[in-house]
This record gives sequence, structure tokens and C-alpha cells, in this order.
Amino acid sequence: MAKQFGIIFGCLGLGELLALIPGLNIPGSIWGMLLLCLILERGWVRPASIAPICRFLISNMAFFFIPPGVALMLYFDLIAAEWVPITVATVVSILLVLIVTGRLHQYLHRRFRHNPNKHRHGQHQ
Amino acid sequence: MDSISELLRTPLFLTIATFLIYWVSGWIQRKSRQAWLSPMLITIAALIALLRACGISYESYYESGHMIEFWLKPAIVALGLPLYNELRHIRRQFMTLLLTELAGCVVGIVSVVLIAKWLGASQEVIASLAPKSVSTPIAIEISRQLGGIPALTSAIVVAVGMIGAAAGLKMMSWGRVRGGVSQSLSMGTAAHVMGTNRISAYGERYSAYATLGLILNGLLTAFLAPPLVDWLL
Repeated sequence: MAKQFGIIFGCLGLGELLALIPGLNIPGSIWGMLLLCLILERGWVRPASIAPICRFLISNMAFFFIPPGVALMLYFDLIAAEWVPITVATVVSILLVLIVTGRLHQYLHRRFRHNPNKHRHGQHQ
Repeated sequence: MDSISELLRTPLFLTIATFLIYWVSGWIQRKSRQAWLSPMLITIAALIALLRACGISYESYYESGHMIEFWLKPAIVALGLPLYNELRHIRRQFMTLLLTELAGCVVGIVSVVLIAKWLGASQEVIASLAPKSVSTPIAIEISRQLGGIPALTSAIVVAVGMIGAAAGLKMMSWGRVRGGVSQSLSMGTAAHVMGTNRISAYGERYSAYATLGLILNGLLTAFLAPPLVDWLL
């Protein structure tokens, strides 16, 4: 347990240091994620040894962001004033992201055919 | 009576309230079998109602809340493990994934920022909207960095997840996105964990691609949102 938390928080701590680099606005936690991936890839830590803690943290992520969500109570006026741009921008943007990402991947995937396992299209209809 | 109401305002009791409500919310979701009715959402709504009813300020709640929020950052770090597990897929089709995710990420940020700007949203709202497609913990950090309102961002991200999970497959069928892998990747890219959740019913291969979309878009958004928002505003 101590080792697992040590690794996660060690990556986070190093990440927070990297986040201090001026001009690169990357949150420390993102650096930490990349560092964790790096040490796993290098084989310095066995994936199985940190899997339980990672699974625990990831599966409970929703719980950890309740407090920032509750802070919403401070901004009800702002949302009431700007709900139209918020809603329209959000819905249109989701539609665009889904279609652009999906179509482009579909196109590139067929074009380069670098997937050795054949798989069928159209399974989610 | 006064000492009881004092006690109920302490961080300990507010923490208990958070756990209890979350637990009950999970039960409600299982009973109702509605994917969009996330326990997190119910808990946030119930806590806001409770705090307002008892006249407790957000600042007092935060004394308990910050201890829970503290675990967000290590949870993001933990995503390094699934990322490592996906490396094999990433290497095999690196260029395809990179180009696809770059396009998805840029389209997501640019469209939401420009539309909100045209419709007259304020700067802080636009900054809060920019990271809307990525998972909440990541989005909160990006929003903070951009000068947005993290709480507003988390609400929008949850709404995005709900819309994506509920209507994403329908939207893609309008756009003629048919490949299972492409659909999965898009759902993870556009609607983070909740989109991934929706896809996971179709099998592990698809949920791996959705996770890949979620993680890659999270990373790219962290790198690209600050310069893009700077440039667009």
C-alpha cells in the first residue's frame, strides 16, 4: 500500500514540479499521468503492483469531483444569465466532435489498413 | 439544539453527509437503471439543496470538501496505467490516432469557444467551456489554468457526458460514422468517461478504443487549449 501510494504521489509531485516550467500550461496531474506511464513502459514498476490502487482511484473518480461540483451553487446567477450560449455551444460542439473524429478515423483506418485483426463495421447500430 | 446544529456544520458531519448521499444516489441509479442519472449528479444537487436549506456556506462545506477533492489529482495520475495498457494499440496505428485525435480536439475547442463568443458569453464562461469534452478532473485543471470557473466546467462536463451517452450513437448515425472502432474512439473523445461507459457494453475492444479517445483527448486538450483559447479570444 505505502509503495503504491508512494509511486502515485511521487509521480504527482514530480509532475507538479514540471508544471512550474514557464510557458507550458500543463497541469501537474497530467505530467504525473505521463510519468506513471513512462515508468511502467520502462519496466521500473510492474503494472500488477500498482493496479489495485489505480483501479480504486479511477473507479471512484466521480466521487472525488463532488466538491468542485457543489461549488456550482456559487454561480447560479451566472448560469441563469448565460444559459443560451452555454447550451447551444455545448450541443453543437459535441455533434461536431463526434462526427469529425468518427469520419476521419473511419477514412484513415480504411486507407492505411494497419489493423491486422479484421473487424466488422457497423456493429453499434 | 444550538450545539447540535454547530456539530452538523463541522467537516466531519459534512463528510458523512457526502458519503451517505453518494451511497443512496448509487442505490437510486441501480433501481432506476437510468445511465444519465449519475450518482455524482444526484449527490451534487442534493448537497446544494441541503447546504442552502441549512444556511451553510460553500466555504464551510469546502473545509470538508477539499479533503475529498484532494484525491482528484492522484486519480488523474492513475490514468497512466490504462494509458500504458493502450500503448500497444497506439503504436500500431500511431499516425491515424494522432491525426484523428488532433482533429477532434481542435474541432471541440474551436467550435465551443467560437459559438459561445458569437452568442455573447463572457470570458470566464468561454474559458470554462473550452475543455468540455475531457474528463472532469482534467477539465477542472485546464479550466483553472485558463481562468475559467472550475465548478461551472465540471457541471458542463457532466452535461456533455450525459448528452453524449444518451444521443451520441444517434448523432453519429446522422453523420454516417459506422465503424465500431471509430464510433468508440469518438465517444471517448467527445464524451469522456460517460461516453466510454456507454460503449463498454459492446465489448472490451471497443471500450479500449473509447478509453484511448478519452485519454488522448485529455492530453491534447491540456496542451492545446491554452494557446487556442488565447488565440481565439
